[in-house]
Amino acid sequence: MGFRRYLAQKTAVYAITFLFAVTINWLLPRLMPGNPIEAMIESNLNLGPGEKEILIRFYEDLYGLNEPLWRQFVNFWVRLFHGDLGYSLLYKAPVWDLIRHSLPYDIVILLPAIALSWIVGNWLGAIAGKNRRYDRWMMPLFYFLASMPYFWFAMLLVYFIGVKLGWLPYQGAYDPSLVPGLNWEFIKSFLSHWILPFLSLFVVMIGSWAIGMRNMIIYELEADYVRYLEALGASEKLMTKHAYRNAILPQVTGLALQLGLMVAGAIATEIVFNYPGIGILLMNAALSQDYFLLQGAFLMVVISVLAANFIIDIVYAFIDPRVRASYTEG
Amino acid sequence: MSLLEIRDLKIYYRTPRGPVKAVDGVSFDVREGEVFGIAGESGCGKSTLVHSLILRKPPMFHAGGEAIFKGKDLMKLSEEEARKIRYTELSIIPQYAMNALNPTKKIKDIVWDLAREHGYEDRSEVEGLLRERLAMVKLSPKVADMYPVELSGGMRQRATMVVSTLLNPDLLIADEVTSALDVTTQRVVIELLHHFMEEGIVKSIIFVTHDLALLDKIADRTMILYAGKVAEIAPTEEMISSPAHPYTKLLLESLPKIGVRYKETKLNGIPGYPISLLNPPKGCRFYTRCPYVMDRCREEEPPLVEVGDDHYAACHLLGGENQ
Amino acid sequence: MARESRLYKFRLALKNNKFRFGFGLLLFFIIFAIIGPLFTPFAGDGLYYEKLPGSNMEVATYSTRTLPPMTRETLITYSGRHVEVLHILGTDKLGRDVYAQLVYGLRTSLWIATLAAIIGTLLGITIGFVAGYRGGLTDELLMMFVNIMLVIPSIVLLILVAAYLEARSPEIQALIIGLTGWPWVARAVRSQTLSLKNREFVNLARLAGLSDLRIIFGEIMPNMISYIFMVGILQFSGAILASATLDFIGLGPTTAVSLGTILQKAIAHNALQFGWWWWFIPPGLIITLIITALFFINLGMEEVFNPRLRRGGE
Repeated sequence: MGFRRYLAQKTAVYAITFLFAVTINWLLPRLMPGNPIEAMIESNLNLGPGEKEILIRFYEDLYGLNEPLWRQFVNFWVRLFHGDLGYSLLYKAPVWDLIRHSLPYDIVILLPAIALSWIVGNWLGAIAGKNRRYDRWMMPLFYFLASMPYFWFAMLLVYFIGVKLGWLPYQGAYDPSLVPGLNWEFIKSFLSHWILPFLSLFVVMIGSWAIGMRNMIIYELEADYVRYLEALGASEKLMTKHAYRNAILPQVTGLALQLGLMVAGAIATEIVFNYPGIGILLMNAALSQDYFLLQGAFLMVVISVLAANFIIDIVYAFIDPRVRASYTEG
Repeated sequence: MSLLEIRDLKIYYRTPRGPVKAVDGVSFDVREGEVFGIAGESGCGKSTLVHSLILRKPPMFHAGGEAIFKGKDLMKLSEEEARKIRYTELSIIPQYAMNALNPTKKIKDIVWDLAREHGYEDRSEVEGLLRERLAMVKLSPKVADMYPVELSGGMRQRATMVVSTLLNPDLLIADEVTSALDVTTQRVVIELLHHFMEEGIVKSIIFVTHDLALLDKIADRTMILYAGKVAEIAPTEEMISSPAHPYTKLLLESLPKIGVRYKETKLNGIPGYPISLLNPPKGCRFYTRCPYVMDRCREEEPPLVEVGDDHYAACHLLGGENQ
Repeated sequence: MARESRLYKFRLALKNNKFRFGFGLLLFFIIFAIIGPLFTPFAGDGLYYEKLPGSNMEVATYSTRTLPPMTRETLITYSGRHVEVLHILGTDKLGRDVYAQLVYGLRTSLWIATLAAIIGTLLGITIGFVAGYRGGLTDELLMMFVNIMLVIPSIVLLILVAAYLEARSPEIQALIIGLTGWPWVARAVRSQTLSLKNREFVNLARLAGLSDLRIIFGEIMPNMISYIFMVGILQFSGAILASATLDFIGLGPTTAVSLGTILQKAIAHNALQFGWWWWFIPPGLIITLIITALFFINLGMEEVFNPRLRRGGE
């Protein structure tokens, strides 16, 4: 009963957020000084003077830029729901196709990096939180890791492991001479190209998880319920078990909070490795003022992050009775 | 017959400026079948005293004396022996009883986790007992399947009382359990403690409070602590009707009474503040605030003397010289 | 009395080793950014400028050699003079001095981060205060907005905005970073305000008929100073990172060198493949160390103001 309300409430909040993001996406180019279409055409094509005007008129008509604003807004939504995100002048392809082909690469490095760093980071953080001897030297290391810009660590990996040692490839997602397919050679090439980008995200992420877990564990080990267990003769193991459980639950919410930063890290990391994900699209679109592609990529990232947040919110309500209790009360 | 004998117990705290003598040579007995009250201002060492019986964690340390519980000195037990005694023989309802249960574990799981560590093997038996006891304190047996966050504060208080006494400990320590409660809930807690005694769930209770008025309702005998020392020990009724120690007198006078208008009569507080336990003065610890202070009090520590039937107090006024 | 204890805590913070370490490291980089140019004859773009005799014109001397750190080079200037210069951190692909770029880039980055942190913190404080103090519908609406802004990854919003701006000064970058960074502050300040609002001394002030503004600035604010400072520090480190990421993507200031743009150029010129480590290791290391320093400052302050996290050692 209470859960349905919670679900409805969360859905509403995310729907509003989505609405807001799309509106910003639509509004921004119209707020900015200058004519984006003109800028876009100028920076992409070498056209004669007459051709330029024709192209501008074509795009203005195509996207209804001469219509009243409210109409443009409605049209924008209609196109969005038809999966029409416009056409990329830079890649000469529909934006949706470009995004569809890039997204798997993001998922393939981000998901394992986040999941594994979460596990390893929480584990290391718990050790540091429990054991003062490790804490002394692990803490500064965690903070150093968490302070590193993802892309800089990626550069170090490329330089030391890719260039100096020559152990692993560091450009692209697979050997360009291969045709993607389900054969052993391609998979091998794909995996060896995958390791460094994955590692760069994984290692840096460990830092912030470990810090979070370490602080939570210290906090929980001093909580009243642990003192009570101790007073009733619980073993060290039991107290730790109870504290861990309560410390790790908020780390699930941490997942949602960190997602934005991790996306930022992934975008910059892809640039270092020339890994063909959304990050590369975003950069190229931004640098060559390919606005449709830019808007499309923005929407894609926002939708993914919203979806992930939504899932985390729901899962969290299931695993933490404290959250459940707070929404059933009202 | 004594369940617990405390002899010249000294419990100090280690600090950079030297030991803080929170409990400094305290002796008393807790008899089987009685509720033993311990009262005093905050910081007098009452909480330290009872906690030291269960667990001494740094900076708290045992500096001397013994605490014989059922023939064993609690201060000399190994860690594992002490752990085994806790809960099964010696249990506590803590001050923070409302928040003592892990919010993310079902109450039956918390209980089972603890019971298993004390050698219980039959889960259904423990759970059955839990439900029975929950019903006894007028909670639904279903509470066992709930998370503590789903209960109200008062329900959590009662649930903690059930959990603490589940394994029938001989001695139960109730540490300031009523301090944070309103008057009606206080009554419920006191009634429950009585009930535990009547049902034979616990043999004796040490009831710690700063509220003397409450002890009248529950404690058979009461000990007044001041600055880490015993001021007076007596049957509660006698202590209230004829207190021997000046500190006890002042403490009783400072209680607000019904029918007295404090607009007209000023409330009698005790002037001054308790002394520092870092470097206590050598004489009587109360002399700085005592209205009857004599030269002797500054120099010589008064011994505990019998002033009536089962009634002891430590004050030079009571003629401690003929010890 | 409250003020005394705050002063006392501040002194305690100065004694905290973590705070000292962080503060010292940060101070080192600030001083380095200020006096660093004294040790190099090069300008912020890494070029050697010579004043033409008899005029105010300055002409740059170009060299195209990529040199490792601590190399001496003899430049032949526009007027034909031979000048021997020392490249402390070598030169980049275009022969420009890396040390000079680094020092001026550090200045830009610190400036951007400071501005952005101030903008973000002020905005966040205002919104958080209003939401927490007013409560009711104002609170609900503002918090909904805050939550929306928190979920949308600020970096893509920044990319979107920056891409539409043709010319980007450091100040513009600071502005857009500040405008996307405030929601954290707002949320934190709101919860603090909520807890302070119902304390006795605030109620007393309200009963005494003080105006809302007097209550906010006279009663609530002073009790949150340390907290706001900590939040501001986090904003600062967030801004350093956001700015570096934007620069690295190629959306950095078009009018100045920053730590991020140095890294971007290094990547663009394949410095990694050519092994010109002096070009990309120092800027990233400085960013990392600054953020580490800020972390430690915060950690030290938190230990002083929230003793639960404190751990032995002292």
